[in-house]
Amino acid sequence: MPSMPSARAALLWAAAPAAFLAVFYFRPLFRIVWTSFALEGSGASLDPTLGYWSRILGFTIWQAAASTAVTVAVGVPLAWWVHQVRGFRKRWALGLLTVPFVMPAIVVGVAFTALVGPHGLLNQILMYLLSLDQPPLDLLHSFPLVIVAHLFYNVSVVVRIVAGFWDLLDRRLGDAARVLGAGSWVRLWTIDLPLLLPGLLSAALLVFLFCFSSFGVALILGGLEFTTLEVEIYRQAASFFNLRTATILSLLQVTATFLVMYLHTHLQSKSSRPRVLGVESEPARPSGLSRTATLCLNSVVGGMVLVLLLPLIALALRSVTLGESLLTAQHFVGLFRQDRDVAFLASPWAALGNSLKYGLVAAAVSVPLGLCMTYAVSRAPRWLGRWLDPLFLLPLGTSTVTLGLGYILAMGPLRTSPWLVPMAHSLIALPFVLRIILPTVRGLSPSLGEASAVLGASPLQTWQRVALPLLAPALTVALVFAFLTSLGEFGATMLVARPQHPTIPLMIFRSLGQPGLVNLGQALALSTILMALSAGAMFLLDRIPGVARDF
Amino acid sequence: MGANADMNVALSRIVGLWSGVLLAMGLAACVSGGGAMVASPPAEPEVLILASHDSFNISEQVLAEFETAHHAEVQYLALGDAGAALNKMLLSKEDPLADVMFGVDNSFLSRALEGDLFVAYASPQLEGIANDLRLDASNRLLPVDFGFVNLNADRAWFEEQGLPLPTSLEELAQPAYRGLLVVQNPATSSPGLSFLLATIGHFGDDWPDFWTDLRLNDVLVTSGWSEAYFTHFTVGSGGTGDRPLVVSYSTSPPADVLFAEDGREIPASVNLNLKGGTFRQIEFVGIVQGTERLALAQAFVDFMLGSTFQEDIPLNMFVYPALTAAALPDLFVQFADIPSDPVHVDPVDIEQNRELWIEQWTEIMLR
Repeated sequence: MPSMPSARAALLWAAAPAAFLAVFYFRPLFRIVWTSFALEGSGASLDPTLGYWSRILGFTIWQAAASTAVTVAVGVPLAWWVHQVRGFRKRWALGLLTVPFVMPAIVVGVAFTALVGPHGLLNQILMYLLSLDQPPLDLLHSFPLVIVAHLFYNVSVVVRIVAGFWDLLDRRLGDAARVLGAGSWVRLWTIDLPLLLPGLLSAALLVFLFCFSSFGVALILGGLEFTTLEVEIYRQAASFFNLRTATILSLLQVTATFLVMYLHTHLQSKSSRPRVLGVESEPARPSGLSRTATLCLNSVVGGMVLVLLLPLIALALRSVTLGESLLTAQHFVGLFRQDRDVAFLASPWAALGNSLKYGLVAAAVSVPLGLCMTYAVSRAPRWLGRWLDPLFLLPLGTSTVTLGLGYILAMGPLRTSPWLVPMAHSLIALPFVLRIILPTVRGLSPSLGEASAVLGASPLQTWQRVALPLLAPALTVALVFAFLTSLGEFGATMLVARPQHPTIPLMIFRSLGQPGLVNLGQALALSTILMALSAGAMFLLDRIPGVARDF
Repeated sequence: MGANADMNVALSRIVGLWSGVLLAMGLAACVSGGGAMVASPPAEPEVLILASHDSFNISEQVLAEFETAHHAEVQYLALGDAGAALNKMLLSKEDPLADVMFGVDNSFLSRALEGDLFVAYASPQLEGIANDLRLDASNRLLPVDFGFVNLNADRAWFEEQGLPLPTSLEELAQPAYRGLLVVQNPATSSPGLSFLLATIGHFGDDWPDFWTDLRLNDVLVTSGWSEAYFTHFTVGSGGTGDRPLVVSYSTSPPADVLFAEDGREIPASVNLNLKGGTFRQIEFVGIVQGTERLALAQAFVDFMLGSTFQEDIPLNMFVYPALTAAALPDLFVQFADIPSDPVHVDPVDIEQNRELWIEQWTEIMLR
């Protein structure tokens, strides 16, 4: 395990992922920027004013900041609890909370309207309890709903990162403080929280970034009063053909992403320390709380998890009650019926097959590439690593609309190939894969590799016998995560998919595009299946020892 | 020792998972590869690429008829909504994505013609097409179908409330109809834009006043059609919405019957056909400039305008065939009557003012 920083080694590792990014990211982006400035008549017919730019940028930043604050405020107490418990409670909480993260926005939109819509679950319960004849809540298209949806999406990011940090803190500090007479609050405020700060900030910046480039949630749940950068890019590019304005906005967003990620990298490089396997099997430490207090705490946390999952529960309920007063499975049974003879339209089951296939390819492509990226970033000298890491993460903050137009220009014969979909998915999964593996690679103690070399192992043997077993849990998480990202991906699929090979999110979108209860029922049933698949994968994942803390 | 055993278990599970993934991929590759090997006919059919928006639909059988007759394979490329599809075709003009493009409508006609994307083709089939649909005299874009954006109402809801159905656009701004209508944002929705265009054509320069009144009367704006129809419209949502009036299509009522699960024979929604509240969308097909398969492309255009394809249109795309002689399905005859005088707005006006109108509308409705 040669771990001396070296620019040459870093660049060597970076070669493969850089080539991938050049073909599937930088070249299309460059082509669309170039064309939009060169193309006649693609400029704005209404000259955007300074007020226009600042209004959109201002709102985008403001909603992202507010969403981040709320997400951190809810996420940290949950993370503390997850840090305290072990076993099945930890697995369930982490698994359940992560399901929303991989759901497509179009499904989340349906889920939230099933919950807080005019006749949604919440209003029906309130109407029943308070015997009202009018729905009391009107939350759709409101700013708070956008914030709540962002919380719903991103809370698992905070919980996983912060709880992971918490587990790694050196307990002896706390024990020493306890011996010296510090109470649990004092220990929390003066020891844990300051030590957690880098992890906390890193999680907050990631959440900020996701909310900053929010599209589906802002568009479907917020409406056009709430125009984020990404929504405005779509509006300018798709309906006005003002490519120049759309491109300038996209560049603005990419730049902001780079800045945030630069800051994030800076914080994260400060916070990983070498560690060895085995620490995680330590038994849970008594929290010093009484039995009753623990019970209370568990129910409070259970309640919070339940509330966060209410939209998904409402969605599942709707899929088995739509159009009937009692339970019905007809919308699921309907998926088997192919009673319309339509060309180019695959059956829902073919779509499921495509989704699984694309997911496997995306996982198989993005995990090895991500591992190379990780080695590049971790082997790089400080100055280089600071640039490489945010550079690799740029796809996270790039408008899919802009990139899709770039694909049309830059992909040549590939632009209509079915392979383009899993490649686009890999591009989107790569930043996550990097984020998942990087802490473990940074944490590998160089002395292990040295010891192995002293004992006569070849570099390959060392990697196989020492590094790989230590990396395996993180790689598995990355694999499953890349798979799930692909499964739920909608925006990019929309841009490059051939209708002959639809994915589940595309089928949902198509069903929602035609009137009639059969179509709504099919959309709900498919959404529920997607949800169950994601939840199932998360459970399997968290059952693997040593995995839960790595992401 | 205990920790070590745990680790071994963990490792074997991980290795198991990885090999499972690899095995699955191998299988998938075998299945798709095997499929390709079986199907290799002596002479490859000529491939024709048809670009369109996402809502293009046609029966398998009808398409097969064309493919067999011309020994061709038609591939369909979906490029997003109508606006996005046209933009992509304009962007890729130098190296065209497709041979034929379907789905340019009258609101984008002017942009397509200015962009010089299509070659002229005076199809012999044009004879049977109604004259008022042929907006492009140069025959670069040929009409295939037309439909109407129209207000739909929940008949049962109005009967229960004892409220008469609105009979004019102006009534929608009256207190009796407060909070009943849901419309789409014209910046992000095609029916939303069509309805705005209808009101602009109908009210002329006074259109902002009408929309100001609508806003004061608590009209709901959604970003897309599906949310308006499935979430808020009382019929489309299966009873969970609270808006009995929606901007949708003249053909939504027949679709409500076709896609119902309870075997209903009469749609729960009804067309309002208000004066100034219906807008005709005509969809065109064109042969893309630079195609290497001009003869096949022309044959396909002829086929699209012929009676087999035309009669297949209504129940697949929920619009009316452009061919006057094409027979309509019963559902259309019964529940989707053609509005008598839809609003007409010149495509050139639309192209020049679209952005300005949308900005004005946004100013009135959302700020």
